[in-house]
Amino acid sequence: MQRKNVLLWISAALVYLFLYLPLVIVVVFSFNDSRLNAEWVGFTWKWYGKLFHNQEMLTAAMNSLIIAGVSAAVATVLGTLAGLAMEQSRQRLLQMLVLAPIAMPEILMGVSLLVLFIMVNMTLGLLSIMLAHITFCIGFVALAVQARISSMDPGLVEAARDLGASPWRCFREITLPLLMPGILAGALMAFTLSIDDFVITFFTAGVGSSTLPLQIYSMVKIAVTPEVNAVSTLLMLLTLVVITVASRLSPAVFRGE
Amino acid sequence: MQGKSWSKYLLSLPPMAYLLIFFAAPTLIMLFASFRYPGEYGGLAPWYLQENGRITLDLTLENWQRLLCTDIYIRLFIKSIGYAVAATLICMVMGYPLALMIARSGRKSRDLLLLLVILPFWSNFLVRIYAWMIIFSPVGALTRMLNGVLDLFGVGPVTLMYSPTAMLVCLVYVHLPFMVLPLYANLEKHDLDLLDAAQDLGAGKWRRFWLITWPLSLSGVIAGSILVFIPVLGMFAIPDLLGGTDGIMIGNVIKQQFMESRDWPFGSVLSMVLTVTAVAVVLLGSRLGQRR
Repeated sequence: MQRKNVLLWISAALVYLFLYLPLVIVVVFSFNDSRLNAEWVGFTWKWYGKLFHNQEMLTAAMNSLIIAGVSAAVATVLGTLAGLAMEQSRQRLLQMLVLAPIAMPEILMGVSLLVLFIMVNMTLGLLSIMLAHITFCIGFVALAVQARISSMDPGLVEAARDLGASPWRCFREITLPLLMPGILAGALMAFTLSIDDFVITFFTAGVGSSTLPLQIYSMVKIAVTPEVNAVSTLLMLLTLVVITVASRLSPAVFRGE
Repeated sequence: MQGKSWSKYLLSLPPMAYLLIFFAAPTLIMLFASFRYPGEYGGLAPWYLQENGRITLDLTLENWQRLLCTDIYIRLFIKSIGYAVAATLICMVMGYPLALMIARSGRKSRDLLLLLVILPFWSNFLVRIYAWMIIFSPVGALTRMLNGVLDLFGVGPVTLMYSPTAMLVCLVYVHLPFMVLPLYANLEKHDLDLLDAAQDLGAGKWRRFWLITWPLSLSGVIAGSILVFIPVLGMFAIPDLLGGTDGIMIGNVIKQQFMESRDWPFGSVLSMVLTVTAVAVVLLGSRLGQRR
Protein backbone atom coordinates (compact mmCIF):
# COMPACT_ATOMS: atom_id res chain seq x y z
CA MET A 1 0.00 0.00 0.00
CA GLN A 2 1.38 3.39 -0.97
CA ARG A 3 0.99 6.08 1.61
CA LYS A 4 0.59 9.51 0.09
CA ASN A 5 0.77 12.34 2.50
CA VAL A 6 0.40 15.84 1.13
CA LEU A 7 2.05 17.54 4.09
CA LEU A 8 5.06 15.23 3.80
CA TRP A 9 5.43 15.90 0.09
CA ILE A 10 5.22 19.66 0.47
CA SER A 11 7.81 19.77 3.24
CA ALA A 12 10.12 17.48 1.24
CA ALA A 13 9.71 19.68 -1.85
CA LEU A 14 10.65 22.73 0.21
CA VAL A 15 13.78 21.01 1.48
CA TYR A 16 14.78 20.17 -2.11
CA LEU A 17 14.26 23.82 -2.98
CA PHE A 18 16.48 24.78 -0.06
CA LEU A 19 19.16 22.37 -1.29
CA TYR A 20 19.18 23.51 -4.90
CA LEU A 21 18.24 27.19 -5.00
CA PRO A 22 21.63 28.43 -3.69
CA LEU A 23 23.53 26.37 -6.26
CA VAL A 24 21.26 27.53 -9.07
CA ILE A 25 21.91 31.13 -8.03
CA VAL A 26 25.68 30.57 -8.23
CA VAL A 27 25.41 29.08 -11.72
CA VAL A 28 22.97 31.71 -13.05
CA PHE A 29 25.05 34.64 -11.83
CA SER A 30 28.18 33.20 -13.43
CA PHE A 31 26.60 34.23 -16.78
CA ASN A 32 25.46 37.63 -15.56
CA ASP A 33 26.89 40.73 -17.16
CA SER A 34 27.35 42.64 -13.91
CA ARG A 35 30.04 42.77 -11.26
CA LEU A 36 27.41 42.56 -8.54
CA ASN A 37 25.73 39.27 -7.81
CA ALA A 38 22.46 41.10 -7.30
CA GLU A 39 20.34 41.63 -10.39
CA TRP A 40 20.15 39.96 -13.75
CA VAL A 41 21.58 42.35 -16.33
CA GLY A 42 22.35 40.27 -19.40
CA PHE A 43 24.03 37.12 -20.61
CA THR A 44 27.82 36.93 -20.93
CA TRP A 45 30.66 34.44 -21.14
CA LYS A 46 33.21 37.01 -20.05
CA TRP A 47 33.75 35.71 -16.49
CA TYR A 48 34.76 32.36 -17.93
CA GLY A 49 37.05 34.11 -20.40
CA LYS A 50 38.67 36.06 -17.55
CA LEU A 51 39.15 32.82 -15.66
CA PHE A 52 41.18 31.28 -18.46
CA HIS A 53 43.48 34.30 -18.49
CA ASN A 54 43.96 34.29 -14.73
CA GLN A 55 47.40 32.75 -14.29
CA GLU A 56 47.01 32.18 -10.53
CA MET A 57 43.76 30.36 -11.11
CA LEU A 58 45.24 28.15 -13.81
CA THR A 59 48.19 27.23 -11.60
CA ALA A 60 45.82 26.43 -8.76
CA ALA A 61 43.69 24.26 -11.05
CA MET A 62 46.79 22.42 -12.23
CA ASN A 63 47.93 21.88 -8.61
CA SER A 64 44.48 20.61 -7.67
CA LEU A 65 44.46 18.08 -10.51
CA ILE A 66 47.98 16.81 -9.75
CA ILE A 67 47.23 16.50 -6.03
CA ALA A 68 43.90 14.78 -6.63
CA GLY A 69 45.35 12.38 -9.19
CA VAL A 70 48.30 11.27 -7.06
CA SER A 71 46.35 11.19 -3.78
CA ALA A 72 43.51 9.20 -5.32
CA ALA A 73 45.93 6.68 -6.85
CA VAL A 74 47.86 6.04 -3.63
CA ALA A 75 44.74 6.12 -1.44
CA THR A 76 43.05 3.62 -3.76
CA VAL A 77 45.87 1.09 -3.35
CA LEU A 78 46.07 1.53 0.43
CA GLY A 79 42.30 1.75 0.84
CA THR A 80 41.70 -1.42 -1.19
CA LEU A 81 44.22 -3.30 0.95
CA ALA A 82 42.52 -1.96 4.08
CA GLY A 83 39.07 -2.93 2.78
CA LEU A 84 40.23 -6.46 1.97
CA ALA A 85 41.94 -6.84 5.32
CA MET A 86 38.92 -5.51 7.22
CA GLU A 87 36.62 -7.98 5.47
CA GLN A 88 38.93 -10.96 5.99
CA SER A 89 39.36 -10.59 9.70
CA ARG A 90 38.22 -8.24 12.39
CA GLN A 91 41.28 -6.20 13.21
CA ARG A 92 40.21 -3.60 15.71
CA LEU A 93 43.25 -1.38 15.36
CA LEU A 94 42.98 -1.23 11.58
CA GLN A 95 39.26 -0.58 11.76
CA MET A 96 39.79 2.27 14.19
CA LEU A 97 42.63 3.78 12.16
CA VAL A 98 40.55 3.64 8.97
CA LEU A 99 37.32 5.03 10.41
CA ALA A 100 38.59 7.57 12.95
CA PRO A 101 39.90 10.09 10.38
CA ILE A 102 36.41 10.14 8.81
CA ALA A 103 34.70 10.65 12.15
CA MET A 104 36.93 13.43 13.52
CA PRO A 105 36.44 17.12 12.71
CA GLU A 106 38.65 17.95 9.73
CA ILE A 107 40.40 20.82 11.44
CA LEU A 108 42.04 18.38 13.87
CA MET A 109 43.68 16.41 11.08
CA GLY A 110 44.75 19.68 9.47
CA VAL A 111 46.50 21.15 12.50
CA SER A 112 48.03 17.87 13.69
CA LEU A 113 49.54 17.20 10.26
CA LEU A 114 50.83 20.76 10.18
CA VAL A 115 52.62 20.12 13.48
CA LEU A 116 54.02 16.82 12.16
CA PHE A 117 55.30 18.31 8.89
CA ILE A 118 56.96 21.24 10.63
CA MET A 119 58.47 18.95 13.23
CA VAL A 120 60.26 16.87 10.60
CA ASN A 121 61.32 20.07 8.81
CA MET A 122 59.30 19.36 5.72
CA THR A 123 58.64 22.26 3.37
CA LEU A 124 54.89 22.70 3.00
CA GLY A 125 53.83 22.27 -0.61
CA LEU A 126 52.30 19.82 -3.03
CA LEU A 127 53.86 16.80 -1.28
CA SER A 128 52.56 17.70 2.18
CA ILE A 129 49.08 18.31 0.76
CA MET A 130 49.15 14.92 -1.00
CA LEU A 131 50.27 13.08 2.14
CA ALA A 132 47.41 14.73 4.02
CA HIS A 133 44.80 13.97 1.34
CA ILE A 134 45.83 10.32 1.17
CA THR A 135 45.25 10.08 4.93
CA PHE A 136 41.60 11.08 4.76
CA CYS A 137 40.87 9.29 1.45
CA ILE A 138 41.98 5.81 2.59
CA GLY A 139 38.91 5.34 4.77
CA PHE A 140 36.45 6.25 2.02
CA VAL A 141 38.07 3.85 -0.47
CA ALA A 142 38.16 1.11 2.19
CA LEU A 143 34.43 1.55 2.85
CA ALA A 144 33.61 1.47 -0.86
CA VAL A 145 35.65 -1.72 -1.34
CA GLN A 146 34.17 -3.30 1.78
CA ALA A 147 30.63 -2.57 0.60
CA ARG A 148 31.43 -4.32 -2.66
CA ILE A 149 33.02 -7.37 -0.97
CA SER A 150 30.04 -7.92 1.28
CA SER A 151 27.76 -8.02 -1.77
CA MET A 152 29.98 -10.68 -3.40
CA ASP A 153 29.17 -14.39 -3.42
CA PRO A 154 31.88 -16.14 -1.34
CA GLY A 155 30.96 -19.37 -3.11
CA LEU A 156 32.77 -18.21 -6.24
CA VAL A 157 36.15 -18.07 -4.56
CA GLU A 158 35.51 -21.36 -2.76
CA ALA A 159 34.56 -23.04 -6.04
CA ALA A 160 37.75 -21.81 -7.71
CA ARG A 161 39.82 -23.03 -4.75
CA ASP A 162 38.13 -26.43 -4.96
CA LEU A 163 38.99 -26.60 -8.63
CA GLY A 164 42.64 -26.13 -7.72
CA ALA A 165 43.32 -22.44 -8.33
CA SER A 166 46.06 -20.95 -6.15
CA PRO A 167 45.02 -18.16 -3.73
CA TRP A 168 46.83 -15.59 -5.87
CA ARG A 169 45.14 -16.79 -9.05
CA CYS A 170 41.81 -16.76 -7.24
CA PHE A 171 42.40 -13.17 -6.22
CA ARG A 172 43.58 -12.07 -9.66
CA GLU A 173 40.92 -13.79 -11.71
CA ILE A 174 37.88 -13.73 -9.45
CA THR A 175 38.08 -11.35 -6.49
CA LEU A 176 39.81 -8.46 -8.24
CA PRO A 177 37.57 -8.28 -11.35
CA LEU A 178 34.48 -8.51 -9.14
CA LEU A 179 35.85 -5.82 -6.84
CA MET A 180 36.78 -3.51 -9.71
CA PRO A 181 33.58 -1.41 -9.71
CA GLY A 182 33.96 -0.85 -5.96
CA ILE A 183 37.63 0.06 -6.33
CA LEU A 184 36.93 2.46 -9.20
CA ALA A 185 34.06 4.08 -7.33
CA GLY A 186 36.36 4.48 -4.34
CA ALA A 187 39.07 5.99 -6.54
CA LEU A 188 36.66 8.50 -8.08
CA MET A 189 35.32 9.37 -4.66
CA ALA A 190 38.88 9.94 -3.41
CA PHE A 191 39.58 12.13 -6.44
CA THR A 192 36.56 14.37 -5.76
CA LEU A 193 37.21 14.49 -2.02
CA SER A 194 40.77 15.60 -2.72
CA ILE A 195 39.89 18.18 -5.36
CA ASP A 196 37.15 19.61 -3.11
CA ASP A 197 39.04 19.62 0.16
CA PHE A 198 39.52 22.99 1.75
CA VAL A 199 40.07 22.61 5.49
CA ILE A 200 42.95 20.13 5.54
CA THR A 201 44.59 21.75 2.52
CA PHE A 202 44.38 25.11 4.26
CA PHE A 203 46.66 23.91 7.03
CA THR A 204 49.07 21.81 4.97
CA ALA A 205 49.64 24.10 1.97
CA GLY A 206 52.69 26.30 1.69
CA VAL A 207 53.62 29.34 -0.33
CA GLY A 208 52.96 28.79 -4.02
CA SER A 209 51.01 25.56 -3.60
CA SER A 210 47.53 27.04 -3.80
CA THR A 211 44.68 24.80 -4.89
CA LEU A 212 41.30 25.75 -6.39
CA PRO A 213 39.44 25.74 -3.05
CA LEU A 214 42.21 27.82 -1.44
CA GLN A 215 42.06 30.22 -4.39
CA ILE A 216 38.29 30.51 -4.04
CA TYR A 217 38.68 31.12 -0.31
CA SER A 218 41.14 33.96 -0.74
CA MET A 219 38.99 35.56 -3.47
CA VAL A 220 35.79 35.26 -1.43
CA LYS A 221 37.51 36.76 1.63
CA ILE A 222 38.16 39.93 -0.32
CA ALA A 223 34.99 40.30 -2.36
CA VAL A 224 32.16 38.43 -4.01
CA THR A 225 32.83 38.47 -7.75
CA PRO A 226 31.27 36.66 -10.73
CA GLU A 227 34.66 35.09 -11.45
CA VAL A 228 34.17 33.01 -8.32
CA ASN A 229 30.77 31.98 -9.69
CA ALA A 230 32.40 30.88 -12.92
CA VAL A 231 35.10 28.76 -11.27
CA SER A 232 32.50 27.35 -8.86
CA THR A 233 30.27 26.34 -11.77
CA LEU A 234 33.14 24.57 -13.51
CA LEU A 235 34.13 22.80 -10.30
CA MET A 236 30.53 21.68 -9.79
CA LEU A 237 30.38 20.39 -13.34
CA LEU A 238 33.58 18.37 -12.85
CA THR A 239 32.33 16.87 -9.57
CA LEU A 240 28.96 16.10 -11.13
CA VAL A 241 30.56 14.13 -13.97
CA VAL A 242 32.92 12.20 -11.69
CA ILE A 243 30.24 11.36 -9.14
CA THR A 244 27.72 10.30 -11.79
CA VAL A 245 30.26 7.87 -13.22
CA ALA A 246 31.16 6.62 -9.74
CA SER A 247 27.54 6.08 -8.70
CA ARG A 248 26.87 4.13 -11.90
CA LEU A 249 29.81 1.87 -11.06
CA SER A 250 28.78 1.16 -7.53
CA PRO A 251 25.33 2.40 -6.54
CA ALA A 252 25.48 0.79 -3.09
CA VAL A 253 28.36 2.99 -2.00
CA PHE A 254 26.32 6.13 -2.48
CA ARG A 255 23.33 4.96 -0.53
CA GLY A 256 24.58 6.26 2.78
CA GLU A 257 26.76 4.43 5.26
CA MET B 1 45.49 -22.51 8.19
CA GLN B 2 48.85 -21.07 9.01
CA GLY B 3 49.39 -19.30 5.72
CA LYS B 4 46.39 -17.10 6.31
CA SER B 5 47.47 -15.57 9.58
CA TRP B 6 50.47 -13.79 8.13
CA SER B 7 48.77 -12.96 4.85
CA LYS B 8 46.12 -10.92 6.63
CA TYR B 9 48.81 -8.78 8.19
CA LEU B 10 50.49 -8.47 4.82
CA LEU B 11 47.31 -6.86 3.51
CA SER B 12 46.74 -4.59 6.46
CA LEU B 13 50.36 -3.58 7.03
CA PRO B 14 50.71 -0.84 4.37
CA PRO B 15 47.48 1.07 5.18
CA MET B 16 48.05 0.53 8.90
CA ALA B 17 51.61 1.88 8.72
CA TYR B 18 50.46 4.88 6.70
CA LEU B 19 47.66 5.75 9.10
CA LEU B 20 49.86 5.23 12.14
CA ILE B 21 52.38 7.74 10.75
CA PHE B 22 49.95 10.31 9.39
CA PHE B 23 46.99 9.98 11.73
CA ALA B 24 47.86 8.35 15.06
CA ALA B 25 51.34 9.87 15.46
CA PRO B 26 50.26 13.48 14.73
CA THR B 27 47.48 13.18 17.30
CA LEU B 28 49.96 11.99 19.94
CA ILE B 29 52.46 14.67 18.92
CA MET B 30 49.76 17.26 19.45
CA LEU B 31 48.95 15.90 22.89
CA PHE B 32 52.65 16.22 23.71
CA ALA B 33 52.77 19.72 22.18
CA SER B 34 50.04 20.86 24.56
CA PHE B 35 52.60 20.53 27.40
CA ARG B 36 55.38 22.43 25.65
CA TYR B 37 56.29 26.12 25.68
CA PRO B 38 55.52 28.22 22.60
CA GLY B 39 58.54 29.04 20.45
CA GLU B 40 59.97 32.52 20.40
CA TYR B 41 58.91 33.06 16.78
CA GLY B 42 55.81 30.91 16.90
CA GLY B 43 55.67 27.15 16.71
CA LEU B 44 57.10 25.15 19.56
CA ALA B 45 60.06 25.68 21.88
CA PRO B 46 62.44 22.72 22.33
CA TRP B 47 61.09 20.23 24.85
CA TYR B 48 64.40 19.80 26.64
CA LEU B 49 67.12 22.07 27.92
CA GLN B 50 70.78 21.30 27.55
CA GLU B 51 72.96 22.73 30.27
CA ASN B 52 76.58 21.68 30.81
CA GLY B 53 75.89 18.46 28.96
CA ARG B 54 72.89 17.70 31.18
CA ILE B 55 69.54 17.29 29.50
CA THR B 56 66.43 18.30 31.40
CA LEU B 57 62.82 18.22 30.29
CA ASP B 58 61.24 21.60 29.71
CA LEU B 59 57.50 20.98 29.84
CA THR B 60 54.68 22.93 31.42
CA LEU B 61 51.06 22.82 32.51
CA GLU B 62 50.63 26.54 31.77
CA ASN B 63 48.70 25.97 28.54
CA TRP B 64 46.11 23.83 30.29
CA GLN B 65 45.91 26.30 33.14
CA ARG B 66 45.23 29.05 30.66
CA LEU B 67 42.24 27.07 29.38
CA LEU B 68 40.81 26.50 32.83
CA CYS B 69 41.65 29.79 34.52
CA THR B 70 39.92 32.13 32.11
CA ASP B 71 36.34 31.43 31.24
CA ILE B 72 36.55 32.82 27.67
CA TYR B 73 37.52 29.51 26.14
CA ILE B 74 35.10 27.44 28.20
CA ARG B 75 32.33 29.84 27.19
CA LEU B 76 33.42 29.58 23.58
CA PHE B 77 33.24 25.80 23.77
CA ILE B 78 29.76 25.96 25.24
CA LYS B 79 28.71 28.40 22.53
CA SER B 80 30.10 26.09 19.82
CA ILE B 81 28.26 23.14 21.33
CA GLY B 82 25.14 25.31 21.31
CA TYR B 83 25.53 26.02 17.58
CA ALA B 84 26.19 22.33 16.91
CA VAL B 85 23.09 21.28 18.87
CA ALA B 86 20.96 23.90 17.09
CA ALA B 87 22.23 22.85 13.65
CA THR B 88 21.64 19.18 14.49
CA LEU B 89 18.07 19.81 15.64
CA ILE B 90 17.21 21.92 12.59
CA CYS B 91 18.74 19.29 10.31
CA MET B 92 16.60 16.68 12.02
CA VAL B 93 13.39 18.66 11.65
CA MET B 94 14.13 19.34 7.97
CA GLY B 95 15.70 16.01 7.13
CA TYR B 96 13.20 13.67 8.74
CA PRO B 97 10.19 14.42 6.49
CA LEU B 98 12.46 14.27 3.45
CA ALA B 99 13.97 10.91 4.43
CA LEU B 100 10.50 9.57 5.24
CA MET B 101 9.11 10.76 1.92
CA ILE B 102 11.96 9.11 0.01
CA ALA B 103 11.69 5.87 1.97
CA ARG B 104 7.93 5.69 1.33
CA SER B 105 8.00 6.49 -2.39
CA GLY B 106 8.11 3.92 -5.18
CA ARG B 107 11.21 1.84 -5.84
CA LYS B 108 12.05 3.60 -9.07
CA SER B 109 11.79 7.20 -7.90
CA ARG B 110 13.61 6.39 -4.66
CA ASP B 111 17.06 6.20 -6.25
CA LEU B 112 16.58 9.46 -8.09
CA LEU B 113 15.22 11.29 -5.05
CA LEU B 114 18.15 10.06 -2.99
CA LEU B 115 20.65 11.07 -5.64
CA LEU B 116 19.13 14.55 -5.57
CA VAL B 117 19.97 14.78 -1.85
CA ILE B 118 23.52 13.56 -2.35
CA LEU B 119 24.45 15.74 -5.34
CA PRO B 120 24.65 19.11 -3.55
CA PHE B 121 26.69 17.38 -0.86
CA TRP B 122 29.32 16.53 -3.47
CA SER B 123 29.57 20.07 -4.77
CA ASN B 124 32.46 22.00 -3.30
CA PHE B 125 32.16 22.99 0.36
CA LEU B 126 33.32 26.57 -0.28
CA VAL B 127 30.98 26.95 -3.24
CA ARG B 128 28.08 26.05 -0.98
CA ILE B 129 29.17 28.66 1.56
CA TYR B 130 29.72 31.18 -1.20
CA ALA B 131 26.15 30.63 -2.46
CA TRP B 132 24.85 31.86 0.88
CA MET B 133 27.21 34.84 0.82
CA ILE B 134 25.44 35.87 -2.39
CA ILE B 135 21.98 35.27 -0.93
CA PHE B 136 22.68 37.17 2.29
CA SER B 137 24.68 39.96 0.66
CA PRO B 138 23.46 43.47 1.49
CA VAL B 139 22.81 44.19 -2.21
CA GLY B 140 21.10 40.83 -2.71
CA ALA B 141 17.41 40.46 -3.47
CA LEU B 142 16.59 38.76 -0.17
CA THR B 143 17.98 41.52 2.04
CA ARG B 144 16.35 44.25 -0.05
CA MET B 145 13.00 42.49 -0.06
CA LEU B 146 13.11 41.90 3.67
CA ASN B 147 14.03 45.51 4.35
CA GLY B 148 11.25 46.62 2.00
CA VAL B 149 8.74 44.72 4.09
CA LEU B 150 10.25 45.88 7.37
CA ASP B 151 10.10 49.46 6.12
CA LEU B 152 6.31 49.19 5.77
CA PHE B 153 6.13 48.51 9.48
CA GLY B 154 8.51 51.34 10.19
CA VAL B 155 11.32 49.02 11.31
CA GLY B 156 14.84 50.01 10.37
CA PRO B 157 16.87 48.06 7.82
CA VAL B 158 18.64 44.88 8.93
CA THR B 159 21.68 43.11 7.54
CA LEU B 160 21.63 39.34 7.17
CA MET B 161 25.26 38.86 6.33
CA TYR B 162 27.79 38.34 9.13
CA SER B 163 25.21 37.26 11.67
CA PRO B 164 24.72 34.09 13.74
CA THR B 165 21.50 33.51 11.78
CA ALA B 166 23.32 33.49 8.44
CA MET B 167 25.87 31.16 9.91
CA LEU B 168 23.28 28.74 11.26
CA VAL B 169 21.42 28.59 7.93
CA CYS B 170 24.67 27.74 6.16
CA LEU B 171 25.69 25.17 8.79
CA VAL B 172 22.35 23.43 8.27
CA TYR B 173 22.65 23.67 4.50
CA VAL B 174 26.08 22.09 4.37
CA HIS B 175 25.31 19.24 6.78
CA LEU B 176 21.72 18.34 5.91
CA PRO B 177 22.64 15.33 3.70
CA PHE B 178 24.56 13.80 6.64
CA MET B 179 21.24 13.64 8.48
CA VAL B 180 19.07 12.49 5.58
CA LEU B 181 21.23 9.54 4.46
CA PRO B 182 21.37 7.51 7.71
CA LEU B 183 17.72 8.37 8.40
CA TYR B 184 16.72 7.08 4.99
CA ALA B 185 18.83 3.91 5.40
CA ASN B 186 16.90 3.25 8.60
CA LEU B 187 13.39 4.24 7.49
CA GLU B 188 13.66 2.18 4.33
CA LYS B 189 13.96 -1.02 6.35
CA HIS B 190 10.76 -0.51 8.36
CA ASP B 191 8.05 -3.12 8.03
CA LEU B 192 5.04 -1.24 6.68
CA ASP B 193 2.71 -4.02 7.84
CA LEU B 194 3.16 -2.68 11.36
CA LEU B 195 1.63 0.64 10.30
CA ASP B 196 -1.22 -1.13 8.51
CA ALA B 197 -1.91 -3.22 11.59
CA ALA B 198 -1.95 -0.10 13.77
CA GLN B 199 -4.31 1.58 11.35
CA ASP B 200 -6.63 -1.41 11.37
CA LEU B 201 -6.67 -1.19 15.13
CA GLY B 202 -7.76 2.42 14.85
CA ALA B 203 -4.56 4.41 15.45
CA GLY B 204 -4.52 7.82 13.75
CA LYS B 205 -1.74 9.17 11.55
CA TRP B 206 0.21 10.95 14.31
CA ARG B 207 -0.26 8.17 16.80
CA ARG B 208 1.13 5.70 14.26
CA PHE B 209 4.11 7.93 13.70
CA TRP B 210 4.98 8.53 17.35
CA LEU B 211 4.33 4.98 18.52
CA ILE B 212 5.85 3.04 15.62
CA THR B 213 7.94 4.94 13.07
CA TRP B 214 9.74 7.31 15.45
CA PRO B 215 10.88 4.72 18.05
CA LEU B 216 12.02 2.38 15.27
CA SER B 217 14.01 5.16 13.61
CA LEU B 218 15.92 6.26 16.71
CA SER B 219 19.17 4.53 15.72
CA GLY B 220 19.06 6.43 12.41
CA VAL B 221 18.36 9.67 14.27
CA ILE B 222 21.37 9.07 16.51
CA ALA B 223 23.66 8.21 13.59
CA GLY B 224 22.56 11.29 11.66
CA SER B 225 22.93 13.52 14.71
CA ILE B 226 26.52 12.39 15.28
CA LEU B 227 27.36 12.94 11.62
CA VAL B 228 26.04 16.51 11.81
CA PHE B 229 27.13 17.43 15.34
CA ILE B 230 30.83 16.56 15.05
CA PRO B 231 31.76 18.43 11.85
CA VAL B 232 29.73 21.46 12.95
CA LEU B 233 31.51 21.53 16.29
CA GLY B 234 34.91 21.80 14.60
CA MET B 235 33.82 24.19 11.85
CA PHE B 236 35.87 27.28 11.09
CA ALA B 237 35.18 28.24 7.47
CA ILE B 238 31.48 29.03 7.84
CA PRO B 239 31.84 31.27 10.92
CA ASP B 240 34.88 32.79 9.25
CA LEU B 241 33.04 33.76 6.06
CA LEU B 242 29.47 34.31 7.27
CA GLY B 243 29.47 34.63 11.05
CA GLY B 244 31.03 38.04 11.65
CA THR B 245 32.41 38.90 15.07
CA ASP B 246 29.56 37.31 17.04
CA GLY B 247 29.81 34.05 15.18
CA ILE B 248 33.21 32.88 16.34
CA MET B 249 33.44 29.19 17.14
CA ILE B 250 36.14 27.06 18.70
CA GLY B 251 37.45 26.12 15.25
CA ASN B 252 38.20 29.77 14.52
CA VAL B 253 40.30 30.09 17.67
CA ILE B 254 42.20 26.88 16.86
CA LYS B 255 42.89 28.19 13.37
CA GLN B 256 43.98 31.51 14.84
CA GLN B 257 46.40 29.85 17.30
CA PHE B 258 48.06 27.84 14.54
CA MET B 259 48.05 30.35 11.69
CA GLU B 260 47.96 33.88 13.12
CA SER B 261 49.05 34.10 16.76
CA ARG B 262 51.18 31.00 16.22
CA ASP B 263 50.77 29.82 19.79
CA TRP B 264 50.90 26.15 18.96
CA PRO B 265 50.89 24.74 22.50
CA PHE B 266 47.66 26.52 23.34
CA GLY B 267 46.21 25.60 19.94
CA SER B 268 47.08 22.00 20.79
CA VAL B 269 45.24 22.27 24.10
CA LEU B 270 42.09 23.46 22.33
CA SER B 271 42.47 20.74 19.68
CA MET B 272 42.81 18.06 22.33
CA VAL B 273 39.64 19.26 24.05
CA LEU B 274 37.84 19.13 20.69
CA THR B 275 39.21 15.62 20.04
CA VAL B 276 38.04 14.36 23.43
CA THR B 277 34.61 15.92 22.93
CA ALA B 278 34.22 14.34 19.48
CA VAL B 279 35.33 10.90 20.72
CA ALA B 280 32.96 11.16 23.69
CA VAL B 281 30.04 12.02 21.40
CA VAL B 282 30.80 9.08 19.09
CA LEU B 283 31.09 6.65 22.02
CA LEU B 284 27.93 7.97 23.66
CA GLY B 285 26.06 7.74 20.36
CA SER B 286 27.15 4.19 19.60
CA ARG B 287 26.26 3.17 23.17
CA LEU B 288 22.79 4.69 22.79
CA GLY B 289 22.42 3.19 19.32
CA GLN B 290 23.31 -0.31 20.52
CA ARG B 291 20.67 -0.26 23.21
CA ARG B 292 17.94 0.07 20.57
